[in-house]
Amino acid sequence: MIRIQARTEPSSLMKVASPLLAIVLTLIFGAILFSAIGKSPVQALHVLLIAPLADSYNIGEMFVKMGPLLLCAVGLSLCYRANMWNIGAEGQLLAGALGGSAMALYFIDSESVFALPITLLAGIISGMAWAAVPTFLKLRYNSNLILTTIMFNYIALYLLIWSVHGPLRDPDGYGFPESALFSDITLLPTLFEGSRIHLGILFAIISGIIGWFILSKTHLGFQIRVFGADEPAARYAGFSSKKLSWFVMLFAGALAGLAGVSETTGPIGQLTPNISPGYGYSAIIVAYLGRLHPIGAIIAAMFMAVLYMGGDLAQIEMGIPVAVISMFQGVLLFFLLACDFFINNRLTFTNQATN
Amino acid sequence: MKTHNLVSRLELANITKQYPGCLANDRISITLMPGEIHALLGENGAGKSTLVKTIYGVVSPDKGDIIWNGREVNIKSPSIARDLGIGMVFQHFSLFETLTVSQNIELCLSKSQLNNIGDLAQRIIQLSEEYGLNVDPSRYVHSLSIGERQRVEIMRCLVQSVKLLILDEPTSVLTPQEVAGLFNVLRTLSKEGCSILFISHKLHEVTEVCHKATILRGGKVVDTCVPSEETPATIAKMMVGDLADQDAGYSKKEGTVEVFNVSDLSLPSKQPFGTALKNINFDLKAGEILGIAGVAGNGQDELMAIISGEDERNVKNALTLGKLKIGHLHAGERRQLGMAYVPEERLGRGAVPDMSLTENTLLTHSTGFVKNGLVQWQSIKEYTTELIGKYKVKCHGEFSEAQSLSGGNLQKFIMGREIGQHPKVLICAHPTWGVDVGAALAIHQALLELRDEGAAILLISEDIDELFLLADRMAAVCDGYLSPLVKTEETNIDQIGQWMAGTFINTAVQEAQA
Repeated sequence: MIRIQARTEPSSLMKVASPLLAIVLTLIFGAILFSAIGKSPVQALHVLLIAPLADSYNIGEMFVKMGPLLLCAVGLSLCYRANMWNIGAEGQLLAGALGGSAMALYFIDSESVFALPITLLAGIISGMAWAAVPTFLKLRYNSNLILTTIMFNYIALYLLIWSVHGPLRDPDGYGFPESALFSDITLLPTLFEGSRIHLGILFAIISGIIGWFILSKTHLGFQIRVFGADEPAARYAGFSSKKLSWFVMLFAGALAGLAGVSETTGPIGQLTPNISPGYGYSAIIVAYLGRLHPIGAIIAAMFMAVLYMGGDLAQIEMGIPVAVISMFQGVLLFFLLACDFFINNRLTFTNQATN
Repeated sequence: MKTHNLVSRLELANITKQYPGCLANDRISITLMPGEIHALLGENGAGKSTLVKTIYGVVSPDKGDIIWNGREVNIKSPSIARDLGIGMVFQHFSLFETLTVSQNIELCLSKSQLNNIGDLAQRIIQLSEEYGLNVDPSRYVHSLSIGERQRVEIMRCLVQSVKLLILDEPTSVLTPQEVAGLFNVLRTLSKEGCSILFISHKLHEVTEVCHKATILRGGKVVDTCVPSEETPATIAKMMVGDLADQDAGYSKKEGTVEVFNVSDLSLPSKQPFGTALKNINFDLKAGEILGIAGVAGNGQDELMAIISGEDERNVKNALTLGKLKIGHLHAGERRQLGMAYVPEERLGRGAVPDMSLTENTLLTHSTGFVKNGLVQWQSIKEYTTELIGKYKVKCHGEFSEAQSLSGGNLQKFIMGREIGQHPKVLICAHPTWGVDVGAALAIHQALLELRDEGAAILLISEDIDELFLLADRMAAVCDGYLSPLVKTEETNIDQIGQWMAGTFINTAVQEAQA
């Protein structure tokens, strides 16, 4: 007979193995799913996971997608560690893109070397501002952060759409809802000739390292971890929940804002209504897949970026609907939570006959 | 006690229970005769709880037999245990606060039992008179004191006409007067032939009321005795093996200068069933231990929270540290000024369960271990190893998670951590609650050492023996009022007991009005 038994100590093996196990189970599920819709599972998985890494162009595109995912996920990891359930990375990313783009358009005829840093800063500040409002509402009026951050995602989206239809629309753009192309002075430099990989990926990886440094080396990071693990203990120790909440939210807002402005000044080069295919939402899964650890997030973001690329390729090459990718992400999160159950529990096999 | 009946009420034969990583019960055999009051003694983790849960059908043993009134039985669940006539009063009561006494009792009765009883309220009143329980069936549970709630739990067992009553540390929540009342009830029950299994840490109670005692250590029966022929000290020796004498008695000291002061502190409660603090005044001197007695739920938690700053309401002028008003500072700032706390809840508040001891040291002790915002992990590790050695904390090492330690060992660690910061004022709640005798002794000595170094210690405890042992001055709380302060040498257990029951309140109110 199989029984579920609580472990005396959480399994450190399962803590690491759980995401890997979840990925394997997701792939098995995917294979079954692709067979069910009449596609060859081997070919589909090949297109999803191997093809994105098959040539240098695809690898470059993978890094382009990894940047914003990672920036958002690092910020969210810190928020979730502190029990701040920020679902608003998407809105903070869009706000960053919007604020940064407005600044880039201001510099459209400029030659100043400060134009790009100021543009990036505008994006960062916009993202922080977008995170600040729900934080204030939570701390002052005890509103539900999950709800307010989700609402702010929609407000940011419609604000952005309104902007490209109105004040930021390119006057010479034949009425398309897009801004003018940014001046080269405000575009992020690419890292390699002939590839779209730009400075954004470096920002992302550096943010991962900074996030790790904060959590494991600083007293502030320690306080964040205590707050997430055991709130009464944090209160007993006299840690200020306000200070920590503000810090993690503004940090996450800044990174998401940077992700947004890096997209518009990077691969896109202008402001359009669809600059994000849901990076801010996928980053939630990335954060959990990376065990809320900023370094883990680097690997998880890479995996998620491959999945994004693979989804595009599967649509082009095999006619698989793009919704499959959202489902893949959802199933992955599902298996991850299921596998995490076995960090604190285990199955035991008992012989019923002896009883 | 009726001994002419030769059939035992309960016989346990070679009960064995293995938990992952721990043999909780190792071939335990105990016999209880009808009407016998039997004490089950042992340090924390000795296996007492597992054993009584086995009898009550909560835990099923791996091996061994249970013989009930001469017949072998298989107690698979608490309802089977209740049908046999076994009742249990847990340490933490399981009553619904928003229901009346009789509704609560009705909830655990089967239909046929209810039919047999007929008018439940009438039956409760009748039993109440018979045993002197003083339980009113129509009262709501939230309006009852802890002692009254315990009597409701006992009543719940009586209504089902128990033959064996199991009590898990029943006196830890009672005033001395209530304890005396409980013992009278137990003696009456015993005379009627009901057997009682009594778990306690308080040895003088065992010698007072129990006919027999079984001592467990490490899951095994190490000794049995007739308590009336022993003294608390000899029983303690059986429990811990080789313990230095228990009733050493410590010298009392007089404090020097006032370091901490609470004046005119009145505060409504935050929780619906909490206790409001009413005009509390006291001072705390360097080099003394001030003990505050009181039954749980009379304002101790609220007082702790407002002094520590965990209750963030501004009481600027009510709290003074040295010459500084600190009532408006938050908890972290108060700590930096030299205040330290040992909370009642060890795991989950005093220590983070899934963090290492090193990290739990940093939880409250950051002075000297943080430079420019960076944590000096190496030096904290070394310091933690030192703490573990100094306070003899049993664990694998500084990397052990707090939750892997037993309650007593974790308490020694927390105590060491707080004392290690050389606080000016240490606030300490229930420091040895549920801690075994050996660890309690170590904790007592640590507190006295800190006092002798010149710290002011506020000791809040429900254990009145402990307060008399340690405190230099004493007071009691009742219903949010604080009694006058007296020197421990100039008072006695009766006076403190009466204060715990609130006899000082009328005069206190009159004085406040005058």
